[in-house]
Amino acid sequence: MIYLVGLLLVVLLGIAIAVAAKLQKVMGSTQSESDAPVPNNKVNAALWMVFLVAGSVAMVWSYLASRDAFLPEASSPHGRETDSQFWLDMGLLTIAFFIVNFLLFFFSWKYQYKKGYKATFYPENHKLELIWTAIPAVIMASLVFLGFRSWTKIMADAPADSQVVEIMGKQFGWIVRYGGVQDNKLGAYNYKLITSDNEMGVDYSDEASMDDFINPSEMHVEVGKPVLLKIRARDVLHSVYIPHMRVKMDAVPGMPTKFWFIPDKSTEQMRAELNNPNFDYEVACTEVCGRGHFAMRLRLIVEDKASADAWKQQQKPLLSTILEANPKFISKIPEKLRAKAMNYAPYVEEADSTTASTGSAAAASASMR
Amino acid sequence: MSVVEANLGHDVHSHDEHEHHELNFWRQYIFSEDHKVIAKQYMITGIFWAIIGAAMSVIFRLQLGFPGADLSWLKPFLGDWITETGALDPNFYLALVTMHGTIMVFFVLTAGLSGTFSNFLIPLQVGARDMASGFLNMLSFWLFFVSGLLMFISIFLETGPAAGGWVIYPPLSALPQAHMGSEMGMTLWLSSMAIFIMSSLLGSLNYVTTVINLRTRGMTFTRLPLTIWAFLITAVLGIISFPVLLSAALLLIFDRHFGTSFYLSEIYINGEALPNVGGSPILFQHLFWFLGHPEVYIVLLPALGITSEVIATNARKPIFGYRAMIASIMAIAFLAFIVWAHHMFVTGMNPFLGSIFMFLTLIIAVPSAVKAFNYITTLWRGNIVFTPGMLFSIGLVSLFVSGGLTGIILGNSALDIQLHDTYFVVAHFHIVMGAASAFGFFAGIYHWYPKMFGRMLNSTLGQIHFWLTFAGVYLVFMPMHYIGIAGFPRRYYQFTSFDFGKSFTDLNMFVSIAAIFTFFAQFIFLWNFFYSMFKGKVAPQNPWNSNTLEWTTPVNVGHGNWVGEIPAVYRWPYDYSKPGSDVDFIPQNIPHSQTLESNFPHENEYIAQEKEIEAQNYNDQFASH
Repeated sequence: MIYLVGLLLVVLLGIAIAVAAKLQKVMGSTQSESDAPVPNNKVNAALWMVFLVAGSVAMVWSYLASRDAFLPEASSPHGRETDSQFWLDMGLLTIAFFIVNFLLFFFSWKYQYKKGYKATFYPENHKLELIWTAIPAVIMASLVFLGFRSWTKIMADAPADSQVVEIMGKQFGWIVRYGGVQDNKLGAYNYKLITSDNEMGVDYSDEASMDDFINPSEMHVEVGKPVLLKIRARDVLHSVYIPHMRVKMDAVPGMPTKFWFIPDKSTEQMRAELNNPNFDYEVACTEVCGRGHFAMRLRLIVEDKASADAWKQQQKPLLSTILEANPKFISKIPEKLRAKAMNYAPYVEEADSTTASTGSAAAASASMR
Repeated sequence: MSVVEANLGHDVHSHDEHEHHELNFWRQYIFSEDHKVIAKQYMITGIFWAIIGAAMSVIFRLQLGFPGADLSWLKPFLGDWITETGALDPNFYLALVTMHGTIMVFFVLTAGLSGTFSNFLIPLQVGARDMASGFLNMLSFWLFFVSGLLMFISIFLETGPAAGGWVIYPPLSALPQAHMGSEMGMTLWLSSMAIFIMSSLLGSLNYVTTVINLRTRGMTFTRLPLTIWAFLITAVLGIISFPVLLSAALLLIFDRHFGTSFYLSEIYINGEALPNVGGSPILFQHLFWFLGHPEVYIVLLPALGITSEVIATNARKPIFGYRAMIASIMAIAFLAFIVWAHHMFVTGMNPFLGSIFMFLTLIIAVPSAVKAFNYITTLWRGNIVFTPGMLFSIGLVSLFVSGGLTGIILGNSALDIQLHDTYFVVAHFHIVMGAASAFGFFAGIYHWYPKMFGRMLNSTLGQIHFWLTFAGVYLVFMPMHYIGIAGFPRRYYQFTSFDFGKSFTDLNMFVSIAAIFTFFAQFIFLWNFFYSMFKGKVAPQNPWNSNTLEWTTPVNVGHGNWVGEIPAVYRWPYDYSKPGSDVDFIPQNIPHSQTLESNFPHENEYIAQEKEIEAQNYNDQFASH
């Protein structure tokens, strides 16, 4: 609401101009101002300075007032690096912004029309041109160098010990897939195998797929360890966006993409730092994908190894869910893998997981949604 | 050319007959081949679309600033797009965003700006009777009109107009089952754009031909006003880049209707796995941005050209660094073609390409900076007259700088990861391309209105309009940077689905109020524009004491532009406040032999060439050879 005050000021400014203009008209005949080729020349010249001062004050004040609402410090090392680079660039640009606008507005006011004055005929100066070609070129070159260095680091191949999570965008939500707790390896997939049971088209002719589990509402990762997101889309373009991690990469149908980062602040830590017990990392979509684009939310939970592992243990392999709903699915699995697949049939699950907590049931039902 | 043939053997004054040849109403005002009428047609159509496009932004700003507000009062206009509970339909929200972008970029700032001022000024400033081909010029406008008509119809479809963003990325735009806006609305969008591209090409070819072939006697390239340089380069940009958009659109049409897979691969949608494999959605983005990026300069360069002219005239000084200005226009135009992938840093494109495009993109900042510095130096020690056109031109330079600076951040691929598709981008391009170009449009209208309609606009109203708009633009788009830094994504119907989107509700409200305020400030202009057309003060011959040729034509310019011979040109257009001269401007058609008191030593040598210049008349279609 405080911004309304700012707006009110502008309205008043407008009215002031209108009044000034009226006055000008009334008094025009008696004032020397009428010598200027257009009316209100002095008023307009003065307004540049008013605008300069009011604008500068508004810029500084609005920045200070908005700062609290910016995202908190990045929760990934690369994010902190790009953030500090962003603010460095922003600092330089703000200086340029003020200098250039100051000169522009100040000259406009200073060199306003004066009767009998003749402007200086000054058509060119090669030295000046060279100077102000060279200075931006040098500044640009250094900024490019900084950006290039960060970019190559961020886009380099993920470390070998990364936790691999597959994330797939669809209208309108995300589904994540993990390599499972037995082999911790993502199995193959094929979009033609997608059904309402097998939403990610996991290919069960690949042995690695058997223990894979999926989750449409939460992604859990271990704090401090690199995460490699294998990104894909199944219908239209989406874009994985994790604002607090400074992560963004498009999800493209037919062209898997990837992004790796190190989440080095756990959700708990952020809750304590921000003094907000409800804080959650969120994954959003930033490539327009249709009606529900604005609500593709996935929770990202960054936790210690023990909690992350415990969560993974509780997740039900997708194959179990599929076999539970459709026992005949087993016939679609190549013969040599059937025996292994039967291990994931529902009764096996019931038999050896007597210790399964209620949390497991909740997670399982979540994965079936 | 037939005119030339017909007049062969007649004396120079035989054109009088030609001029008084009466055209009927249709040929004179509707299917006119006169560049001035066509320019006005473009201008009025552009203004019409600007009102529609801006009104759309007001509606979606209402949604963004006041989510959950009862919008039932819009039901008379929007019908079922307002739900029972008075909320805006999310599909229609996307349609509004898409149409706003399409209309503003293509119909207002491409056709409206270039169409108006290239058409109006090229023949008048280079000294030609008309465009190289009046017929193609007429065709160009009417194709634009038809294209606009198709787009207009699409707004009223039951499934709504195209709604995948103005960039219409497939697969969303290719699959009618993916999105309501990809049904008939998208078909019409693509047809409309295909026709629009034809219109743009016919126009551009005409501009280039006219500038190269129809310059008057003595009008060498180094004597062209910067407006003409800007229009020329813009037209070349359009000729090279628009066909690529046409091919992108054609392939998309094939994908939509003929089962091809240029952009489609491995898609499962609505319970069905599509057969298409092997296509690439990224291909479309490359093709689209190969136009899309030069398009930014197609929009901006004419505005910068207009500004150069208006600033020099009203600062009563030569434009500083005339040749540097031309060089930077050329550099910008060249670089515009090799930076397109900076829109695609996070599409999954090879990161090495990202590095290359980052480097090339940031080079553009150099010629842009040169232009800004040259404008500022032009003001230095000037004798500035604040006509509304001048105010808008200075405003443009301010916006060009303020918006351009953030481009240095967005062109940096590492920083773009976080900022891509957030409001930071929206703020950036609205200032540097949207508002700056719109300011160029306003500056042009205020400056050349007397030439267009023979009457003056009210200066005081123009000044008020400027200050309200200038303040309004900054109030809308400066806070938007903060919203972007806070990570708010574009094209979101509302932000409340996310925790991180719950800061800044008040700032969004502020932006919306400022946008509505700025929108209504434009009605001052509209009133001034239409009122002055009939009731404005009659314009003097040369209201701004300007040097360029258009002010040597009669106040009410007739067909053929000049009565009698087209004036010859002896000097560059920026001889303002020349030392030694007792007036502060020397028009281009004044020979150096008449200004001995103010000639520089090297200029006295030009006197010898005057006879030679006068002897030429090969470009005047009305005169005999």
